[in-house]
Amino acid sequence: MMFTNRMFNILVPVISVLLGLIAGAIIMASFGYNPLNGYQALWAGSFGDIYYFGETIRQVTPYIFTGLAVAFAFRSGLFNIGAEGQVIVGWLASVWVGAAFDAPMIIHLPLALLAAALAGAIWGFIPGLLKAKLGVHEVIITIMMNYIALHVSNALIRSVLSENQDSSDPIKESASLASNWLMEMTSYSRLHFGILIALFAAMIMWFLLEKTTAGFELRSVGFNQHASRYAGMNVGKNIILAMVISGAFAGLGGAMEGLGTFGYMPTHSAFTNLGFDGIAVALLGGNNAFGVVLAALLFGTLKIGALNMPTAADVPSELVEIVIALIIFFVASSYIIRWVLLRFKKEGK
Amino acid sequence: MLKTNRLLLLIALLFAAGIILSACGSSNEDGSGEESGGETSDSGENQDGGGDSDFKVGMVTDVGGVDDKSFNQSAWEGLKAFGEENGLEEGKGYDYAQSESDADFMPNLNSLVKADYDLVFGIGFKLTDALNKVAGQNPDTHFALVDAVAEEDNIANITFKEHQGSFLVGVAAAMKTESDKVGFVGGENSELIKKFESGFRAGVASVNPDIEVDVQYAESFGAPDKGKVIASNMYNSGVDVIYHSSGATGNGVFAQAKDIKKNDPSKNVWVIGVDRDQYEEGAIGDDNVTLTSMVKRVDIAVQEVAAQSMNGEFPGGEILEFGLEDEGVSVAKTNEEAMTDEMVEEIDNWKQKIIDGEVEVPSTEEDLEAYLDSL
Repeated sequence: MMFTNRMFNILVPVISVLLGLIAGAIIMASFGYNPLNGYQALWAGSFGDIYYFGETIRQVTPYIFTGLAVAFAFRSGLFNIGAEGQVIVGWLASVWVGAAFDAPMIIHLPLALLAAALAGAIWGFIPGLLKAKLGVHEVIITIMMNYIALHVSNALIRSVLSENQDSSDPIKESASLASNWLMEMTSYSRLHFGILIALFAAMIMWFLLEKTTAGFELRSVGFNQHASRYAGMNVGKNIILAMVISGAFAGLGGAMEGLGTFGYMPTHSAFTNLGFDGIAVALLGGNNAFGVVLAALLFGTLKIGALNMPTAADVPSELVEIVIALIIFFVASSYIIRWVLLRFKKEGK
Repeated sequence: MLKTNRLLLLIALLFAAGIILSACGSSNEDGSGEESGGETSDSGENQDGGGDSDFKVGMVTDVGGVDDKSFNQSAWEGLKAFGEENGLEEGKGYDYAQSESDADFMPNLNSLVKADYDLVFGIGFKLTDALNKVAGQNPDTHFALVDAVAEEDNIANITFKEHQGSFLVGVAAAMKTESDKVGFVGGENSELIKKFESGFRAGVASVNPDIEVDVQYAESFGAPDKGKVIASNMYNSGVDVIYHSSGATGNGVFAQAKDIKKNDPSKNVWVIGVDRDQYEEGAIGDDNVTLTSMVKRVDIAVQEVAAQSMNGEFPGGEILEFGLEDEGVSVAKTNEEAMTDEMVEEIDNWKQKIIDGEVEVPSTEEDLEAYLDSL
């Protein structure tokens, strides 16, 4: 009774985070750094100051989207590694619409967001279609699609969105999510209104999956394709739908960067990692909308706070990445934690 | 019933998390209080430590990092030299912040500004936008941008005449090649790297217009794997000298050249390094594949601007150009075996011609074409 499945879903991530932090502390200590100072610097660098707080929330925003994207696909039994590419095309589309058109904000901003969602959706649709119709594994296609997105967007930025520059032209005011008010309030961090959209998106995902028939079908396909087919559901359609929605979420994550954080799109020499981190966020969040928001908060905190660790506590940023990796490791090995907990429960009885 | 249980559990967990976090928070507020108090004591420590100024200077790297054996490392070496000269302590008087991606530039710059650094360097043209914004918001802090020109008045712009140095290593490459095929590996295709490419191609053509130059861009300054693949293709196609201008990506070019040399020491493969004298990177057994390096004295420039700023002569808003005449760029001659006297002589000839203005080295694609036509 005490250890219900739900309880596990909450306990396992919490324990893995704690284990990750402890293991990180041990590593820091063994390399001669003071872990207490290190974590203090991490905290000060993420919440210690209104500026850092703003930056942390800014970083959390795209993480929520990519986390939702990966989680949504997971729930339908699909592994969307392509969130990275979907972020990039979403970013590109939002900046494109944001710079190319002139319209009042009430039209322009939603249009730019829609373009991003659509671009991401298309990028998800292709692997979805291939999976549904030809049975091609979505992991392979999405990985390939990431590279296509990266290099095509770089080429487009150079040739179409700017005149052979390293970044696109800036978007118009009317498509921008950035707000002077928020920026001034957080002593010029890049905090923008995207966080509200992200929280709203999390609610939509929850509602869609838990409260609608379509969501039930998606989850059902995720649990067991054959049973779903036997029950008369169109598995192929659901696979495509799941990838499209997942891609749309990731595309919106790109729009957060394009319309909020940057206001333009630089050419990328490597992946943004937003999509890949989204996999960890989804995993840590138990593929649940509310969990994803919390996990995104944690990852944003770690990411921004980590920047402060080398300066404030002399801990090399490489070690910070090891700590983050350890947390992911412990989440991924949740089976072990689950097993230990079960043991514990049996002995307790 | 189960639902309320879940809700309760959640609330309880949230509370627990809240308590833990707030505990951290309060201890940390003490911490940050100590920190802000600590800053004064830090500067006190500095004074105890023998430094007679509380000048603080920091730098933000681009994605290469301070151990890229190239550009960022050179800047960091300059900063370290400056710090040691002036009795500053690493981490307090001078420090760096490393960027993992473009999104980190702003927080890194801001955290140095917040830690009361008097002068903050942005290393690399990719930081231009971020530096403009941060400088605009912090008019009292001095900034310096390496390799590009920003707008704000409190930014000193440090640029180099890389095309001149590249021209000279082009001369060296043209004289060294036996296959009449040389290669150029660029980081990202941009105005800046075009300067390297144009100068190099002009230098090669000045010696022998028939030499073929294979130009490829890795589209990254931090991808040694790509550098290695490109170098492998180039060497396979008969290229025997590669000039790389690609930051850490170039480490892959070195790795490939060394692999070839290791398997067959008689093979004629050379790499021309960039930014720093990359002689050490080319050592393999008794051989060395580094023909020469186009040395860009980022360290000297960084030191100079830091010193000017400390002495109250900060060149804000100015564009500083370091070229051949003031040793801002130069050609490394550390590999004496590979650089024959004849080559050194020829390079010095061209160098003099450039300094005297006899030769105008092209820095863009268009100028290059005009230059090649005039040959």
